[in-house]
Amino acid sequence: MLWIKNGIVIDPKNGIEGEKMDIFVKEGKIVEESEVKKEECKVIDASNKLVVAGGVEMHSHIAGSKINTGRSMRPEEMRVVRNVAGKFRAVVGRVLLTAPGIGYEYAKMGYTTAVEAASPPIGSPHTHEELDAIPILDKAALPVFGNWHFVFKFVSEKDQEKLQAFIAWAIERTKGYGVKIVNPGGVEKWMYGSNVRTLDDEVPIYGVTPREIITEVVKANEALNLPHCVHIHCNNLGVPGNYETTIETMKLVSGMKNENRPVLHVTHVQFNAYAGSSWRDVSSGAEEIAKYVNKADNITIDMGQPIFGHATAMTGDAPFQFTLHKLIGARWSNKDTEIEGGAGIVPIVYLPKNPVHALQWAIGLELGLLIDSDKVVISTDWPNGGPFTEYPYIMAMLMSKRMREKELERVSPYVQKASSLPAIDTEKTLYEVIKMSRSLPAKILGMENKGHLGVGADADIAIYNINPNEVDPSAEYDLVNKAFRKPAYTIKDGEIVVKDGELVAETWGRTFWVDATKKVSMEAIEADLDEYFQNYYTVERINFGVDERWVKKPARLEVS
Amino acid sequence: MENVVCTFCGSVCDDGVFEDGDVRKLCALGKSKFSKKERIKAPMIDGKEVSYEEAIEKAAEILVEAKRPLLYGWASTVNEAIRLGVLIAEKVGGIYDQCASVCHAPGTLALIEEGVPGGTLGSVKNRADVVIFWGANPVEAHPRHPTRYSVMAKGLLIKDRKNRKVVVIDVRETKTAKLADIFVQIKPGYDYAIISALRAIVKGEKIEADEVGGVPVEKLYELAELMMNAKYGVIFYGLGVTQSRGRDRNVENAIKLVQQLNRKTRWVIWPMRGHYNVVGAGEVPAWEVGYQFAIDFSRGYPRFSPAEFTAVEALVRRDCDAALIIASDPAAHFPRKAVEHLKKIPVIQIDPHPNLTTLLSNVVIPSAIAGLEAEGSVYRMDGIVLRVKKLVETEYWSDVQILEKMYEEVVKKVG
Ligand code: SF4
Ligand SMILES: [Zn+2]
Repeated sequence: MLWIKNGIVIDPKNGIEGEKMDIFVKEGKIVEESEVKKEECKVIDASNKLVVAGGVEMHSHIAGSKINTGRSMRPEEMRVVRNVAGKFRAVVGRVLLTAPGIGYEYAKMGYTTAVEAASPPIGSPHTHEELDAIPILDKAALPVFGNWHFVFKFVSEKDQEKLQAFIAWAIERTKGYGVKIVNPGGVEKWMYGSNVRTLDDEVPIYGVTPREIITEVVKANEALNLPHCVHIHCNNLGVPGNYETTIETMKLVSGMKNENRPVLHVTHVQFNAYAGSSWRDVSSGAEEIAKYVNKADNITIDMGQPIFGHATAMTGDAPFQFTLHKLIGARWSNKDTEIEGGAGIVPIVYLPKNPVHALQWAIGLELGLLIDSDKVVISTDWPNGGPFTEYPYIMAMLMSKRMREKELERVSPYVQKASSLPAIDTEKTLYEVIKMSRSLPAKILGMENKGHLGVGADADIAIYNINPNEVDPSAEYDLVNKAFRKPAYTIKDGEIVVKDGELVAETWGRTFWVDATKKVSMEAIEADLDEYFQNYYTVERINFGVDERWVKKPARLEVS
Repeated sequence: MENVVCTFCGSVCDDGVFEDGDVRKLCALGKSKFSKKERIKAPMIDGKEVSYEEAIEKAAEILVEAKRPLLYGWASTVNEAIRLGVLIAEKVGGIYDQCASVCHAPGTLALIEEGVPGGTLGSVKNRADVVIFWGANPVEAHPRHPTRYSVMAKGLLIKDRKNRKVVVIDVRETKTAKLADIFVQIKPGYDYAIISALRAIVKGEKIEADEVGGVPVEKLYELAELMMNAKYGVIFYGLGVTQSRGRDRNVENAIKLVQQLNRKTRWVIWPMRGHYNVVGAGEVPAWEVGYQFAIDFSRGYPRFSPAEFTAVEALVRRDCDAALIIASDPAAHFPRKAVEHLKKIPVIQIDPHPNLTTLLSNVVIPSAIAGLEAEGSVYRMDGIVLRVKKLVETEYWSDVQILEKMYEEVVKKVG
């Protein structure tokens, strides 16, 4: 039992905006004061400290074949020693990290939940093995659907019943949490050496278009009423002019509504927010996107903020990765995966003086600043945009124009004409950045017990050494930036795991997965599953997927 | 029991049928894995039978007391066991190395230099209209690879063997060459030169020679032409490429060729990994500690150095003072100087079957056979995970049980 005393609480979901209050924890949950015996509580003195929910990472590449190939491919990344073996595991990694390092580093920033954003379905047992090697955090994984031949088939047959049954089947089999789409149709075209360019380009054999895939999959997701909305990495990622594709994609769901969450989450939008027609005249499309998102009532995004320095591009968007490899001449890994899609990996480095990199950096911030704080989530799309350990930098930047002005001095002047960042006066409040890193991602994911401090919530709590009622983030950005890097406490399921920025305990979190199989009739797709597995897969149908008992601490969420 | 997973070669066929101690559908190599073979009877310390607990306790003592124990093998066990092995190596400040260091490590080095443009075996089955085996002989080493995945396999776009051209490039006419449409015989050690010639042709340059590595230039032009005209091609390379002159440079060069070909059409390249879970023996340490093989923990954090920390190097330099060998037989396969050192230091063996290494081991711990008597996950040669099954009961402890207990004992001793 914990008694967190006299903290200054910011808890956007419950409308608490810097109030001095006590928080009580029992059996891993936040409870009413009357539920605990105070004399048995461990007391944490949080006077003058900020008390918030543990951070929720909704888009990061924390587990599976991509991140692991990245590690093997880049030993130069792994040479940075972060922790020597002892009470805790040895940890190495510069931007890429070992699995134990992922758990430790998120916790050391006050984050307690993280979602793997793109798991190749047939690779799901690998994804889960790596998730199981990440300590402390609660986890989940999103299997990728947008280039899976079953999806092509059922979309081309306009058979919602089958599509829904298939999605339920696939999420159950992969022990996944929701539906991810990556460059729908485009990765399949890559198998023939090309890519889709518009929402109306057709996929070979099936004749379906990205427009149809997205629309039908969102419909199915809504009919199933899955906790998380469809999570999309748009077509044309990394192509100048692509902001239009992004907005067109968003328009596909206009008119659709869900009471509890958006119906479409568009991810790492920075990479999909370019105006212009080539890298020579590229500029920001962030304002247009912001306008659309702010007006819409069913769309959220995350930033995909680049951080200057090393990064590794790794996505399920295999044709994009190849283009990137050609563009910068860097190493390139590719993985075409059965009839499911593909992936690629390319090392990159973001340089402040490089006009394009500086523009990317500016666009990420524009999105974070121009979009309402209940519609944009903080992310670097780790490790695509760089380290997640720089979230404190992003938060501080969003809250301080002065800090941005200082930073702008060191980046390519190209951003002055190609983006609106220098002209933006907005300064997000602490309340807003807490929302963007806690309650909002939890809401989009449909994780009711995450991202807030109300009674019944999981006791995932971060306490920082700043008093929100005294600090001026606009002027004291250094202080804020430092404080978020070094929580006074991180508490996971009611246990103190980090104290004064140092790891003090290693715990093991759960892996959430969603079971919607009761909502559909599996019979509808039996024959199709058998046919495709027999003809196009190289594993037997029965050997595909993950059984719950193989997962260390599974937490099943039944959808009814 | 149907859909049984074979634990012999990297093809990891998952369609075996197990009945009354007999397995159907698998190839002869696979079947041998499931048939009765000599077993190590009981745990032993210095030849004396002991209990599992005693043997494991002794093993833990050896590992903890050693300055730098070597933990080697891992390619023929399950991921769960490998993970424990990595954790033990980290705890005791030892060296983790695995069988790849004597076969496909050059492929990993090439991955570091260039990345690997690859695909799963299912991509090949469904799409590949040109399949090249380079220094690889699946008919003998991966017998069902040709039928299930590559040569005769049918799929989405390839409906018939006639839709696919199969090329074998090797120093001798192997059994696989007999399945091929085109066989290109090359002089030993000329892989690099031939790949360079192909790269030049693909680039549009002229070759100023009559032959390269024993291959007439016209034939190379034909081959390059075939490659450029493929819709989806694959190069499967084997030990003939990684263990001949040039080694990782050969693979790197081949990868560059594939990079170039992707500017015109689609190509992938992939190694023909040998043991059924040699991929897992690299993947697991990669996520746990950042590297695939040749990992030293003597400083309390992982360091990767193929020139120092492979098993052979560590033994030849006498840089290790104890060894744990699991599911492998270095006494039979390592260079003489390495084996000599192995004879001098305390050795712990974990294996279902006796082999030459048993003879020089101080602690011998028999284990259940993964895929027959114990379950766990393994990675097929293309990284696809399969769960091998427990089909029969056994008195033997599984690798996972043994290593779990050993880890526990080690933690007790080092804290
Ligand atoms: S090809 Fe390999 S995996 Fe398949 S049955 Fe034969 S030995 Fe087993
Ligand atoms: Zn991503």
